[in-house]
Amino acid sequence: MSMDIDITLTVNGERVTERVEARKTLVDFVRDDLGLTGSHVGCEHGVCGACTMRVDGVIVRGCLMLAAQCDGATVETIEGLSDSGEVADLQAAFEQRNALQCGYCTPGMLTAAQELLQQAQARNAVPSRDEIREHISGNYCRCTGYHAIVDAVESVAKARAGAKS
Amino acid sequence: MKITADSPPVLSVLDRPNSYIGRAVPRPNLQRLTQGRGQYISDVTLPRMAHVAYLRSPHAHARIVSIATEAAKKAPGVVAVVTGTELAKVMTPWVGVLTHLKGIKSAPQYPIAVDRACWQGEAVCAVVARTRAQAEDACELIDIVYEELPAVTNPETALDPATPVIHASLGDNLCFERKLDVGEVDKAFANSDAVVEATFVTGRHTGVCTEPRAVVADWNEGEQRMTVYHATQAPHMMQNLFAKHLDLSESQVRVLTKDVGGSFGIKVHTYADEMATVALSKLLKRPVKFVADRIESFVTDIHARDHRIKGKIGVTRDGVITAFEIDDLTGIGPYSVYPRTSGIEANQVVNLTGGPYNCPNYRAQARVVFQNKNVMCQYRAVGHPIAVAVTEGLVELAAAKIGMDPLEIRRRNLFPDDGYPAQTASGLKLEQLSHHEALAHLDTMINYAALRAEQKALRDKGIYRGIGFASFIEVTNPSAAFYGVGGAKITSQDGATVKLDAQGAITIHSGVTEQGQGAEAVLAQCVASSFGVSMDRVRVVTGDTDNTPYGGGTWASRAAGIGGEAAWQAGKALRGNVLAVAGAMLQAKPEELDIRNGVVVDKTTGAERLGLDELARVAYFRPDTLPPGFQAELMVTRHYVPRGWPFAFTNGIQASYLEVDTDTGFVKLLRHWCVEDCGTIINPQLVNEQIRGGVVQGIGAALFEQCLYDERGQMLNGNMADYLVPMAVEMPDIDCGHVVSPTADSELGAKGAGEAGTAGAPACIMNAINDALRPLGAQPLTDMPFTPGKILRALGKV
Repeated sequence: MSMDIDITLTVNGERVTERVEARKTLVDFVRDDLGLTGSHVGCEHGVCGACTMRVDGVIVRGCLMLAAQCDGATVETIEGLSDSGEVADLQAAFEQRNALQCGYCTPGMLTAAQELLQQAQARNAVPSRDEIREHISGNYCRCTGYHAIVDAVESVAKARAGAKS
Repeated sequence: MKITADSPPVLSVLDRPNSYIGRAVPRPNLQRLTQGRGQYISDVTLPRMAHVAYLRSPHAHARIVSIATEAAKKAPGVVAVVTGTELAKVMTPWVGVLTHLKGIKSAPQYPIAVDRACWQGEAVCAVVARTRAQAEDACELIDIVYEELPAVTNPETALDPATPVIHASLGDNLCFERKLDVGEVDKAFANSDAVVEATFVTGRHTGVCTEPRAVVADWNEGEQRMTVYHATQAPHMMQNLFAKHLDLSESQVRVLTKDVGGSFGIKVHTYADEMATVALSKLLKRPVKFVADRIESFVTDIHARDHRIKGKIGVTRDGVITAFEIDDLTGIGPYSVYPRTSGIEANQVVNLTGGPYNCPNYRAQARVVFQNKNVMCQYRAVGHPIAVAVTEGLVELAAAKIGMDPLEIRRRNLFPDDGYPAQTASGLKLEQLSHHEALAHLDTMINYAALRAEQKALRDKGIYRGIGFASFIEVTNPSAAFYGVGGAKITSQDGATVKLDAQGAITIHSGVTEQGQGAEAVLAQCVASSFGVSMDRVRVVTGDTDNTPYGGGTWASRAAGIGGEAAWQAGKALRGNVLAVAGAMLQAKPEELDIRNGVVVDKTTGAERLGLDELARVAYFRPDTLPPGFQAELMVTRHYVPRGWPFAFTNGIQASYLEVDTDTGFVKLLRHWCVEDCGTIINPQLVNEQIRGGVVQGIGAALFEQCLYDERGQMLNGNMADYLVPMAVEMPDIDCGHVVSPTADSELGAKGAGEAGTAGAPACIMNAINDALRPLGAQPLTDMPFTPGKILRALGKV
């Protein structure tokens, strides 16, 4: 019924070799096979953003990509972004501003926001509130109403720009 | 007393040294969530755990003629294939009725359909396999023969003699009916200068929690004990229900919640597939996991708010409201949901309509009918958004009819702030509300006069902006009057156990639960303040029936007001016990000592006398040095239940400023404000975030969200691409303001804040849209959600 495929990839800096079913999604792979449960499954059709993670430096929906497509890829999940300290300021801002309630969307939200912040830093800009809202519009949060998330991302954008200049 | 934004209120009895009451301290449990190290039920795996997938009825109403399971049983990885008839031998059915909802009726519901499926999505067969994928593969090999039956889908005709009766044993399709007639309604309408009638429709929608429903059930045959890891708001309620329907004692059942990915009332009900999962674990003697996928969530998570309400209001030309009348009709699916029933929402609409206004004449009828769609039940702000939409919609239509400003008509009718206690026409008892002060605060906050001037100036340029308002009251801190008196084993009391550990730190065990609202932070703030330690010395445990006091959990905005008071009292009691130990150690009078910032001090001078670490060391390891006969008690439990009032009502008012594109029908939300009064504010940041999240949930109902069904009972948009939810880009910034009227029923004085945003936002958006379109002669929009198509039709453009 289902074909198995061998893949070797780098996940959060660790080299991983596994045999996966061809139909297995990336998010199921990291959650079920690697135990990285920080990436969440919300809709399984690419709308809610709870499974947002980074593949080769670009954010993807873990539910819209197959694990088999990731042979040779570099995958980064919230566990990796946390342990490396890359998003520590963003996490602290979310905690201070209560920009999360149940926390289920938060790993994906942080990962998406980090991409915007990196893009903004690359062009020496601080994204506007509208730009922040636009960028995280693929990430569904039912709890906060988004205002606090926008506040948190905006504060980090300003802090990083200030720190740089 | 006003406070703005996140500044702390001035408090009296609560204002102890190093008090955390009224401070915007961050929640202590957030880091694991930001790091992806939370543990949701969908993350739980256990040894020997199997996964269940449910085959669900594709028909809204069908007789199950036969189920052929042979091929599925042979499929790879399959552990068992179980039908409803087989599972009915393991678990008894339930009926969702309460005795205080007079006349409510429903039919027995089974964990898996027996003989007949009554809505599209009802589980008809279970497959348990080693992986979820294998279970789903095997589902496709099951051959079910259905005989399709006529589907009852239109509530308007559900009670017609020609309409088939869904449950023959009930005699008709009426689940519940309530009538109320107070004052002299006909005379009041006759004496009115203007009478306005409108029909309001609040679209059927649902919670769309980010984490779908999830349960892992683990029956240990050796222990004869069931452990259920369950994403629920009410673990003790579920403990009772699992035990009851598996014929176990409650002591044989343990429910743990772990982290819960959103709830909003969705996760406080009995779901057949979750009950079935627990029964399957008992049957198979091994852990079984069920996680709803998103499609399953749309067709099985409770829906809500599917109401059609004919409303009528009378006013005099000077703006005095003379009477309200409503006729509410709601279709709730084929079963009243267990154990809270599907009659409560309509009952709340009857209770709450007209609630902010001092109007003695009120007539209401509500009919709750069965239909072959997914079940409806209590969802965040139960009934409030409907009642507020009808009330506030009518009030603003009446204001427009007599040419009065919408805030002015409210000023002339809202219960006066100095007139409490008061009672609404429907009989709700109000302890102390602050409608007028809240309105005045909002008026200033939004700079109303300037906003109207801007609106007028822009209209001249062809830009149509609207300003809408909604005053509201909200039920919080429910006493036993909500469910207990109706016979449901849903406790209204709650408890907190507070313990001093051997290093002088505090652990709280509480019966309320955390789904992100910040309940654990509030509990920690209460105990840290009343006991006298810093927040970092307090750890909170919730969501485990083996290890917390018996409690109701978190719903109806009860965690802070009820759970917080129990924690506050427990902290105080432990302080007394600790000071008794300190007195014995220091040979001082306990009443002359206090605990401040984790140190026993002299009460008057504040001089440090003894560290809690030293006190705990002596009490636990050298009790032999304490006076003869003295026993230290360093763990205490206190409970609290509201007794003075059936509910602690809160109040508030919201405003929306928006722009309607009259060419496309699109609505752009520019700004939203909410001033509310939840009594003592324990944590202003958490209150504001409850308001903001709630407002956006209400905006979803007003503009986007609707479960669309065809006439055959097929849900047409059961996925997140077609069912629209609010995303960041469409949402406005939301400003919050507060008035503080503490309840005298508790020492803390806190009322609930979890549902005010959702209660008022849909009405507010509706009124703002109608305000924007009024100069264009558009028909008032009263049929939610207000999609671009409906707006263009109201404008006569399509």
